[in-house]
Amino acid sequence: MKVLVPVKRVIDYNVKARVKPDQTGVDLANVKMSMNPFDEIAVEEAVRLKEKGIATEIVAVSIGPQQAQETIRTALAMGADRGILIVCDTDPEPLAIAKLLKAVAGEESPNLILMGKQAIDGDNNATGQMLAALLDWPQATFASKLEVSGESASVTREVDGGLQVLEVSLPAVVTADLRLNEPRYASLPNIMKAKKKPIDMKTAADYGVDVAAKLKVLKVTEPPKRGGGIKVADVADLVSKLKNEAGVI
Amino acid sequence: MAVLVIADHDGSVLNETTLKTLSAAQAIGGDIDVLVVGDDASAVAQAAAKVAGVRKVLTASSPALGKMVAEAVADAVLPLAGGYDVILSPATSAGKNFIPRLAARMDVSPIIDIIEVVSADTFVRPIYAGNALETVQSTGGKIVATVRPTAFKAVAADGGSASVEAADAGHADGREAKFVSEEVVKSDRPELGAAKIVVSGGRAMGSAEEFHRVMDPLADKLGAAVGASRAAVDAGYAPNDYQVGQTGKVVAPDLYIAIGISGAIQHLAGMKDSKVIVAINKDADAPIFQIADYGLVADYKTAVPELMTALG
Ligand SMILES: Cc1cc2nc3c(=O)[nH]c(=O)nc-3n(C[C@H](O)[C@H](O)[C@H](O)COP(=O)(O)OP(=O)(O)OC[C@H]3O[C@@H](n4cnc5c(N)ncnc54)[C@H](O)[C@@H]3O)c2cc1C
Ligand SMILES: Nc1ncnc2c1ncn2[C@@H]1O[C@H](COP(=O)(O)O)[C@@H](O)[C@H]1O
Repeated sequence: MKVLVPVKRVIDYNVKARVKPDQTGVDLANVKMSMNPFDEIAVEEAVRLKEKGIATEIVAVSIGPQQAQETIRTALAMGADRGILIVCDTDPEPLAIAKLLKAVAGEESPNLILMGKQAIDGDNNATGQMLAALLDWPQATFASKLEVSGESASVTREVDGGLQVLEVSLPAVVTADLRLNEPRYASLPNIMKAKKKPIDMKTAADYGVDVAAKLKVLKVTEPPKRGGGIKVADVADLVSKLKNEAGVI
Repeated sequence: MAVLVIADHDGSVLNETTLKTLSAAQAIGGDIDVLVVGDDASAVAQAAAKVAGVRKVLTASSPALGKMVAEAVADAVLPLAGGYDVILSPATSAGKNFIPRLAARMDVSPIIDIIEVVSADTFVRPIYAGNALETVQSTGGKIVATVRPTAFKAVAADGGSASVEAADAGHADGREAKFVSEEVVKSDRPELGAAKIVVSGGRAMGSAEEFHRVMDPLADKLGAAVGASRAAVDAGYAPNDYQVGQTGKVVAPDLYIAIGISGAIQHLAGMKDSKVIVAINKDADAPIFQIADYGLVADYKTAVPELMTALG
């Protein structure tokens, strides 16, 4: 079984994003970039499927700048077999990403596409669902447990109110939530080995996909700042302030 | 202009998230219809018909729709889409699941998590865990979007008298995901997203027993909902649907009390729009104090019992 794992290069989750003074976006110059955390979880799950003898090949694919090669190398060091980088200097909308991934799926014919539920930059939580729609495949999003058996998979999903279990026939799109697994750190020998694994370089034009934006970003601004708070002396002080000053209890 | 709002409900009750999404719909303007998909949710349709400002309530019914299976919902809505310029759903876990699927079928770029309607085609949405706000304009074509309920005031649940009709909805083709089972966390406390007061516990609790021993009585005393940080959920102290944050639930109660939570960017994203924030943490330098209105530097093991006593 072949597994395709889309991985995005995003701002590192430990870095607080700063809005550019000209309001055109978020300043990413000299900012630490990493693989989207949910995509690491997706790669880990794919590697575990391979270790269990269920997956035979893992292909990591990224759409992004040249530097996204590093993101693919991280996936390769974790255990993916090869990579595809679709070089793109803009940050296309989920619809365009889904169209590109559909084209890749058309060439690769994976049995499973495992991806993150959400990229922590755009916070869309949309691409997996859109890809599933374009492929006319079933989708199981926000997965906290995945069990593949034969031609189908059972997926436990984190939903409002608790957990839901869905059964999807393969091929399907599954998006990873935080508790699906805890991704491994790549070992040094595996990092070295990853350097020799192949990465195919492509462009959006190779797939005949138009990545032009359908939504126009008019501006990117800072959220309103909260007024500075105070430290209270003790619990009595806290309760008195909540009652008399804030009036919330 | 015609707007279709897909209702959020539990099979018998129309959730407040729907009323808040209707408020976004009103800000967009035009005729507003509500679609109730479910497994015979006629009580919900009746409730929706009473909401002020609703023109018409449409219903679509099947077992898969009762579980909000995304493929089934998208298939149900698609034949109706031609009649609308805007299709909205609250950003619930169901809405987040089916709206992008629907949008892709319509070749539309969805607008996710609207927190402000600037005009009929321009919206504000948070990005980067809410550390930036993006103002986006649709460049023609239809708008398909999710609405962050905490950012809008609910419209009045009464005063309307819309008609209820069964929609000419589509049916899933059998290749959709199949519902197997669910584990619903039952609670008599208010729903996290709608509660006026939320008390959240973090990694400091150390165990599930301690989490519930500390948080549950406090929540009950305050009539509050209980939330948690990711660390507390990951460690199994609290169920997954307690998680507040960038990738969990977004809350904006009148009062949010964070206990033993450090205040990571991802946690703040889910609660920083609360009216009043209280933090109880033994580390005076914890980042949570930077956004707390009232910070108490203390060990929760002494502070929470004192708080229980002080609240009477
Ligand atoms: C992709 C991604 C998504 C994420 N999404 C979310 C999300 O949605 N929500 C979320 O919450 N997190 C999320 N996180 C995790 C986030 O980065 C933090 O790791 C998490 O919020 C930390 O939880 P915590 O504050 O409970 O734990 P810690 O950071 O360990 O903080 C525990 C705090 O308790 C205090 N403490 C300890 N003992 C006591 C005591 N006896 N009395 C008082 N105080 C005490 C400590 O001083 C400390 O400040 C996400 C992370 C990633 C990478
Ligand atoms: N540029 C990209 N390259 C590769 N995968 C992507 C890209 N953008 C999004 N994805 C995938 O889609 C998931 C959801 O992203 P989003 O819908 O943008 O929140 C991510 O976790 C990735 O798995």
